[in-house]
Amino acid sequence: MVYENPDGVRIGLEVHVQLNKLNTKLFCGCSTKYHDSEPNTHVCPVCLGLPGSLPVINEKAVEYAMKIGLALNCSIVEQTQFHRKNYYYPDLPKGFQTTQYDFPIAGEGKIVIEGEDGERVIGITRAHMEEDPGRLQHMGSIDKSKGTLINYNRSGMTLIEIVSEPDMRSPKEARRYLDKLRSILDYLDVFDGDLEGAMRVDANVSVFMGERVEVKNISSFKGAERALLYEIMRQKNHIRRGGEITLETRHFDEARGVTLSMRTKETENDYRYFPEPDLVPLRVADRVPEILKTLPELPDAKRARFVKEYDIIDMHARALTTEIKVANFYEDVAAKVDPKAAAVWVADILKGELNYRDLNIDAFNVGDIAEIITLVTEEKITESSGVEIIRTILDNGGKPQDIVKEKGLLKVEDDIVAKAVEEAIAENPEAVADFHAGKEKSMNFLVGKVMQKTKGRADAREAREKLIAKLSE
Amino acid sequence: MAAWTDISNIKQKIADSSAEEVTAAYIETIGKSKINGFTTVWDEAINTAREIDSNGHDGPLAGIPIAIKENISTKGLSTTCSSKILQGYVPPYDAHVIERLKEAGAVILGKTNMDEFAMGTSTESSCYGPTFNPWDMSRVPGGSSGGSAAVVAAGEAPISLGSDTGGSVRCPAAYCGVVGLKPTYGCISRYGLISYANSLEQIGPLATTVSDIATIMDVVAGYDSRDSTSINRENNYSDALKDDVKGMKIGVPEEYFGEGIDKDVEKSVWDAISKFEDMGATYEKVSMPHTKYALASYYIIAMSEASSNLARFDGTRYGLRAEGENWHVMASKTRAEGFGTEVKRRILLGTYALSAGYHDKYYLKALKVRTLVKQDFDKALANVDVLMAPTMPASAFKIGEKIEDPLSLYLADVNTVPINLAGVPSISVPCGFVDDMPVGLQIIGKQFDENTIIKAAYCFEQNTNHHTRRPREVA
Repeated sequence: MVYENPDGVRIGLEVHVQLNKLNTKLFCGCSTKYHDSEPNTHVCPVCLGLPGSLPVINEKAVEYAMKIGLALNCSIVEQTQFHRKNYYYPDLPKGFQTTQYDFPIAGEGKIVIEGEDGERVIGITRAHMEEDPGRLQHMGSIDKSKGTLINYNRSGMTLIEIVSEPDMRSPKEARRYLDKLRSILDYLDVFDGDLEGAMRVDANVSVFMGERVEVKNISSFKGAERALLYEIMRQKNHIRRGGEITLETRHFDEARGVTLSMRTKETENDYRYFPEPDLVPLRVADRVPEILKTLPELPDAKRARFVKEYDIIDMHARALTTEIKVANFYEDVAAKVDPKAAAVWVADILKGELNYRDLNIDAFNVGDIAEIITLVTEEKITESSGVEIIRTILDNGGKPQDIVKEKGLLKVEDDIVAKAVEEAIAENPEAVADFHAGKEKSMNFLVGKVMQKTKGRADAREAREKLIAKLSE
Repeated sequence: MAAWTDISNIKQKIADSSAEEVTAAYIETIGKSKINGFTTVWDEAINTAREIDSNGHDGPLAGIPIAIKENISTKGLSTTCSSKILQGYVPPYDAHVIERLKEAGAVILGKTNMDEFAMGTSTESSCYGPTFNPWDMSRVPGGSSGGSAAVVAAGEAPISLGSDTGGSVRCPAAYCGVVGLKPTYGCISRYGLISYANSLEQIGPLATTVSDIATIMDVVAGYDSRDSTSINRENNYSDALKDDVKGMKIGVPEEYFGEGIDKDVEKSVWDAISKFEDMGATYEKVSMPHTKYALASYYIIAMSEASSNLARFDGTRYGLRAEGENWHVMASKTRAEGFGTEVKRRILLGTYALSAGYHDKYYLKALKVRTLVKQDFDKALANVDVLMAPTMPASAFKIGEKIEDPLSLYLADVNTVPINLAGVPSISVPCGFVDDMPVGLQIIGKQFDENTIIKAAYCFEQNTNHHTRRPREVA
């Protein structure tokens, strides 16, 4: 089935990724671990843009950027260079942003996503390095604010801006692209996606091959999907009413779920790019072979290997390889138990239970799930008991063995006790009659018999309950 | 006691009395100054000298007072680029050169006047008013490091640091009759130097003798990891102080003696070249055909970079802050009030040159010309050891004479800016007088070959007496 794309939607995304796993900022030695710090405590003359300060490139940031470029199948430029993007804003302490212009570190590349009608290749236009500005904090709401505070802790953090071709045909594909991008970045261990502001998205969207509209201020993947759905609808309605779509920049109002016009082409900024004289051009092409060696197995490759090596279905392999932590978790489990069973348990069951509780894979341990899977595959417990154990561990903690005992989930144990109960009743009709006649003590006799038959493995109270239940049938 | 003197003399004075007495004498002299060369005298100077006296110091500049241009960051000491917009700004850190000077035991006397943001050739555009030439108070000291040159010429400081973007050390050195060096680009860390045009400028020393220039260079030059354009290269500049230029090949670029050059200045320079011949050097005329485009290229590049460098002065974080109902109004008003006319002119021209539609026509073209100018130097210096030319086409002009005519001011830089475009080193030494005003000889060398031009300058100084003449105003 081929996706028709009835509205001629074309979406291109610009994703800013903050490389918050670097120890220091892009051009100075300030620590990047500012997320829990007081404002303006992770600053120095360089990231405050004090007069006379000069930038020095963080070599590790270059390495991370190259890793990202290579992971996105991009060409790596021979020599990369930084430019100044000139504009005035209070969060920009130098009055320009140091970024890359005509020699971005990574050129054309591509990634594969699960599109509307099967696998779809999304082109990457480029990926370039730049510095993050500071952050404005309005005192109160933006329209009623008495003043604005500026926190420069973020100023100078390393950003990688990844620009895609307009190859996505629906908000869903855009979402899939973002998920895939995040998955790849997650594998590269270059950023912590859970930290605030780690990934920021701008979207370019057009319908019916018309002019593109840029939508800014999208702060989450869910937000991206919503913003795009709204914007496509808005453009379609506008055209239907006889309007024309012109080049413009719009702002996504997350709370209201709408996009609002910020500026039209006539008022577009002229950034007056020119090469940053304080940084020398950087030869990077020579370092490609060495960086390639450090590149981990990426999601697509891992997924293919899982299918082949563990003989699991592609759907499971995909679910298991989205996050590197889950993939590693699965492989550890697969080393202990049947890989196919492990795939079902980790991909379908455990991930579902984790997701329901908004937990990640760190909340569970390999030994526990392996033990549960073993209990099920050896038919000592039922599948639903297995699920119950997982839920119990997630909700209350504990170890599988203890939970099995506490809840009496062992199938085999059940059978033995049930059998012993039946035998005890059949072999002792007198005691049974006494019980029915209201002689409570006869029950103690029957319990004793069950205990004798099970060689003490049965729980006395459980045996009593089972006897009563049986006799009450 | 403080007067026109050199480091070795001061060392003797310190030995005879104390660093404190020497510094106190300079501060006293500065107090009586009529030239407006200093913007600030540092109240810590005396304490620094006292500490050196009590604790001893074996640094090469122990107890030697030095004056610092207003655009070099000094921790705890106002650094304003002689601009209203930076009033009240006190850097929280020292420039690399200041760290080096402090380690060497130098006593920072204070800060010196300059053209606002180093944009000028006369030190008239300062928010602190003009500095006067000690040789003739009605004349400019040159610029933009006019204060740094004038205070040395006036005996208010034995040595100083300036910065040279398009001649800003050499021009005032020539006009004030002192020695000034513009080192090879990358020789001295720019960390802490408030940028005017980053790709062109270098910090440079000024002194009364070539020997002192070498001593200062030994202290302030060298690699600094905080400046990405700093070059990691060891050199001993004092090793160059040898009285021997036998066999040295001098190139004399015809284009530096072109239209507009003062005949007497030209004669002084040719006399100097003859002196070199007498000392055993030979000369030949060389051609540097792109020189005539250098000025235009220089101004476009410098202004373009400046337009971006000066964007940070918006009243948000430091310095002057005007009132305004919102940030954009506040920033605009701050810049309108804080920058002087010449600075505004250059920001506007630079912004224009970088704007869409003009970028290729001006900025890119200027870069191409810069490459051609560089090639001129490569070719000329392939066959000769040094180039010699007048530093300035004429001696110091009158205060107020050119300030209303920016183009004629820009033209005064015609012989100095090509050197900055090429990034090569150049030293200006006194080589005579025209109507009692000093004339500077410019000796230009190959990249990182400071030692050859220092040697030539030293040799010239040893065999002439131009440098011994004192300004009348302060004699």
